[in-house]
Amino acid sequence: MLKRRDFLKSAGLAGGALLLPGLSGQALAAKPRAHVVVVGGGYGGATAAKYLRMWSGGAVDVTLVERDPQFISCPISNLVLGGVKTLADITLGYEGLRDTWGVKVVKDEVTAIDPAARTLRLADGGTLSWDRLVLSPGVDFQFDQVPGLDSEAARARILHAWKAGAQTVALRAQLEAMPDGGVYALTIPLAPYRCPPGPYERACVVADYFRRAKPKSKVLVLDANAEIISKKALFTQAFARYKGILEYRPNSALREVDAASRTALLDFENVQADVLNVVPPQRAGAIATQAGLKLLNGRWVDIDWLTFESVNTPGVHVLGDAIFPAPTMPKSGHMANQHAKVAAAAILRLLAGEAPNPAPVVMNTCYSFVDASHVIHVSSVHQYDAAQRTVLPVAGAGGVSTEASEQEGRYALAWARNIWADMLA
Amino acid sequence: MTPSPRHAVLGLLFALATTAQAAASPDPDLARNLAATCAGCHGTDGYARPDATMPVLAGVPAPELMQKLREFRSGTRPATIMPQIAKGYSEAQLELIAAYFAARK
Repeated sequence: MLKRRDFLKSAGLAGGALLLPGLSGQALAAKPRAHVVVVGGGYGGATAAKYLRMWSGGAVDVTLVERDPQFISCPISNLVLGGVKTLADITLGYEGLRDTWGVKVVKDEVTAIDPAARTLRLADGGTLSWDRLVLSPGVDFQFDQVPGLDSEAARARILHAWKAGAQTVALRAQLEAMPDGGVYALTIPLAPYRCPPGPYERACVVADYFRRAKPKSKVLVLDANAEIISKKALFTQAFARYKGILEYRPNSALREVDAASRTALLDFENVQADVLNVVPPQRAGAIATQAGLKLLNGRWVDIDWLTFESVNTPGVHVLGDAIFPAPTMPKSGHMANQHAKVAAAAILRLLAGEAPNPAPVVMNTCYSFVDASHVIHVSSVHQYDAAQRTVLPVAGAGGVSTEASEQEGRYALAWARNIWADMLA
Repeated sequence: MTPSPRHAVLGLLFALATTAQAAASPDPDLARNLAATCAGCHGTDGYARPDATMPVLAGVPAPELMQKLREFRSGTRPATIMPQIAKGYSEAQLELIAAYFAARK
């Protein structure tokens, strides 16, 4: 691996203070240094920030704007709900990006973007200007689509835990406080949403916890989709092993929530639960809309697949769950990490006045726990198709596990350690 | 890699050309970009973390890595996930990836 000393040496910074210009620093350089601002420090944004620095040999200045002080991983967070992992196990700092890679990390929130002026405003009142902007804002929840969840009080009682952090800890506390014999109901929105297999994994991991800790309890999965939308055969097998504990109901769209009684109102019945966990419908983070980026279906950013640039806003590149996905492409952390590398390579070529790689490739690997140690995977490889101007899954490649195994359980945790390092270390 | 004067001239020409014309430019970073798709599991530049179970790819001789990848593609080397992934890349792409990792020290 590129050691810090080697990187700083190659970046011409070995002698002393890191050159981390905001606006004024550029004037100090012999020639103007390009400045890329990355908004959002998740799987997409953190990876983009690191790779822009690494692949430019430090020649491009990178500022990462992230509102949270630390990165908390959504992948593996279901194990926190199951009591197998703690929040500390899935929390990492941004100091590697700062100290090893020379990324200027700004803990703040972007309130407004002006693509024409190439500036953005921060909540603290400051502004940043950029040569190119990377937005990796993740998803925002469409609480307006779920009547009954429109108040802060309701949302404090009916959790999503679909962004890892305080919600994860709070949902774990609800599950622990639930009396044996209680019902945990999990509602799943229509696809597309962040992490297609995530809800089914969550159902399994919570059922596994109940089997160990409160065996009279029930997991009820209320899925708006007509069937399990990821790893269907494998999750069907897993659900069968939780017979008597876990019940799966397809075509069960949530219409409204009564937070006070923890009731999910469906089309033909009302389901009262002891712990009600609503994964709300989602859309691109609001900053994408604020910036005027073209959305598809009013929800997801339309991008050019060679550069990840917004189709209607040159200079603004969008990664991860916020984009309108290519065919069969999941909204996953692994995929966001892959988006980031294609975008970083393209940005460096564009800054050099050259055309981007005409044949980008991305791939996805997603591991799901079906209990504390047994895991299943889904994988796919997606190659750019020049005729269709999108990336398409390679026929005959990709697939799923033959069965859940502890071997893949070890791979899943190793995947997490490696991808976290690939983003942040 | 030091750009030759010819490359510098080409670069200037491409900078002046339209994107469509410049699209014919060969990308010297193709191998790097392809190898980066492996990093999520195998670590940045193939340096998997020592406490992880995925093999380190950095520094593996290209013929050795190519043989494994070919066996994954043909199905003669059983594994959980690599046969599915290896089938997603062309032989030429795998050659670039193997050469890139072999060159890591």
